[in-house]
Amino acid sequence: MSRPLPRNDRAMRWAMGTFKDRNRTIYTLLVIGVLLWPSIADVTTGGSGNHLVSTAADAGIYVLLAIGLNVVVGFAGLLDLGYAAFFAIGAYTYGLLASGQLSGSPLHHEFHLPFWVLILVAMFVAAAFGAILGAPTLRLRGDYLAIVTLGFGEIVPRVFRFLGAGSPIGNWTGGVNGISAIDSPHLPAFISGPWFGTSIQVVSPFDFSDSNWAPMDYYWLIILLVAICIVLVTNLYNSRLGRAWMAVREDEVAAAASGINTVAIKLLAFSIGASFAGFAGCYYGAKLSLVSSENFEFIVSVSILIMVVLGGMGNIPGVIVGALTIYIVQFFVLTNLPDYAVALSNLVGLGFLNQSSPGWVGLHDEVQRLNYIVFGLILVVVMLLRPQGLFPSRIREQELEKGTAEEAVFDVREATD
Amino acid sequence: MALLELQGVDTYYGRVQALHQISMTIDEGEIVTLIGSNGAGKTTTLRTISGLTHPAKGHVRLRGKEISGLPPDRIVTLGIDHAPEGRRIFHRMTVRDNLFLGAYSRNDGPAIRADQERVFQLFPRLRERRQQIGGTLSGGEQQMLAIGRAMMSRPKLLLLDEPSLGLAPILVDTIFQVIRDINKQGTTILLIEQNAAKALQVANRGYVLETGRVVKEGTAKALLESPDVQRAYLGI
Repeated sequence: MSRPLPRNDRAMRWAMGTFKDRNRTIYTLLVIGVLLWPSIADVTTGGSGNHLVSTAADAGIYVLLAIGLNVVVGFAGLLDLGYAAFFAIGAYTYGLLASGQLSGSPLHHEFHLPFWVLILVAMFVAAAFGAILGAPTLRLRGDYLAIVTLGFGEIVPRVFRFLGAGSPIGNWTGGVNGISAIDSPHLPAFISGPWFGTSIQVVSPFDFSDSNWAPMDYYWLIILLVAICIVLVTNLYNSRLGRAWMAVREDEVAAAASGINTVAIKLLAFSIGASFAGFAGCYYGAKLSLVSSENFEFIVSVSILIMVVLGGMGNIPGVIVGALTIYIVQFFVLTNLPDYAVALSNLVGLGFLNQSSPGWVGLHDEVQRLNYIVFGLILVVVMLLRPQGLFPSRIREQELEKGTAEEAVFDVREATD
Repeated sequence: MALLELQGVDTYYGRVQALHQISMTIDEGEIVTLIGSNGAGKTTTLRTISGLTHPAKGHVRLRGKEISGLPPDRIVTLGIDHAPEGRRIFHRMTVRDNLFLGAYSRNDGPAIRADQERVFQLFPRLRERRQQIGGTLSGGEQQMLAIGRAMMSRPKLLLLDEPSLGLAPILVDTIFQVIRDINKQGTTILLIEQNAAKALQVANRGYVLETGRVVKEGTAKALLESPDVQRAYLGI
């Protein structure tokens, strides 16, 4: 080992090159996919691809959520098991301030604020709740913080459900029914066509829910929001703050000894992460036009966490791929699995399995019952094959390949030159 | 006025009292060493100075200004940096990022680069490895990085906790040489060492701690010649 350094340097440069290239490759493929998706959807369904486009827009919500949770879990290393609470807060913020809901509340006044304002309001409200939750709890370490966030994630949807008709302080949130007939986003004017399949004309005002262009306009809106968030979060990652998050994740004592205010830094991670969920929640309420506490249960928090971990914690393109993968598995593969099973059994001559008999409800329903077992199996297999996630950050990858264990004996000759 | 003064400091971990009435002074430009066996309270003294633990009683004053009770990040900005025991570099970050994090309390870009250059001059190995992930460095390089990182905040007082722990003998000499160099460039140093003989050779003065109390203090020369110290810590 006379001169190992040049080789190491070259290997390092090569590794960094592929890292950059790989992320660039992922982004390029994503952009191509995004641009082609409406056409693909139309072609594969014979001209009625609206449903697929709308589903893709919903997937975009999860991408936003995963990007946001990645700030908390991936960058700062804080395990948050109640992230859906901030999603709910964003969605309810929009729902309350952009519908007739509050006319039935003790305020007796309904608000119809524009989407473009409320998306910022929702961000700030969610961020504020992030700070409120974070301030007393971030002094807790790892597991304890996870339990507190878990509790918060359970409390928030219940509070929204409780504050419906008959609650002691009046009907604020519509209770179990949630908030319906929420306003859709509007623009004062927009050019329609030729991309919405209509002729070029100025539409004024432009209503996103108009069936002439929905869900295509929602699709492009979420693409825009996701793109903004990717730029924001990438800059955060490369900033001084991003480095401080990593330092806190690595070693809190050393970070504090280096002059980092660890509590403030963690609070910022929590708050900024929450603001992305608020952002996503606002869009969610606007697109669905309905907000209900059932949509923010624990399983949502867990799904987002899985997206982050499976995609490659800390690495933004990885997390995006993770979000899309889990979304596809949950909403395409698992929902269609019973039908696939039926088709398969017919194909291989086991059609009798599809009949129900005492003790057997038929293959379709049996498979449906097993949905989450299949989901769990997929997760286990993926995590066994790629414990670092699908596309981890360069550093995590290196760490798992080489290990960071210290060399036991320092090479004396190297030390002296 | 002394650069740093501790006066009657008591520090507890829970209900266990780790420091009893510790008093010491460190003057500008000195190298002062704390010697003592395991559990004597050396590390706790450093942690108390740098704000990682807070004293229950007593005063810690930097140039006459009370700093006990301040959070560690404030104390770093006031000019005390702590290279903690066991190196504690950021394992998953590059050497360069580690150094930049050391300068976290500062906001002057060009000067930070100049200081990085100074660290690279003290430790040429780190320059060669600046793009490498901290965790892949050898133990000695990690110690260099830990000291370099602490230097990056331009401390007036540098607290070094066992910088030679677990290093090959020849590297120990390198580290002690660098400690001398850093001191010559104007940084006051408070040094903890298992290797009391080496520490007393570089230091101007020393304090001997036993079970959380200062039991002896004096110039390094006097301590080296003291029979008690020789018997207990120098193995003579």
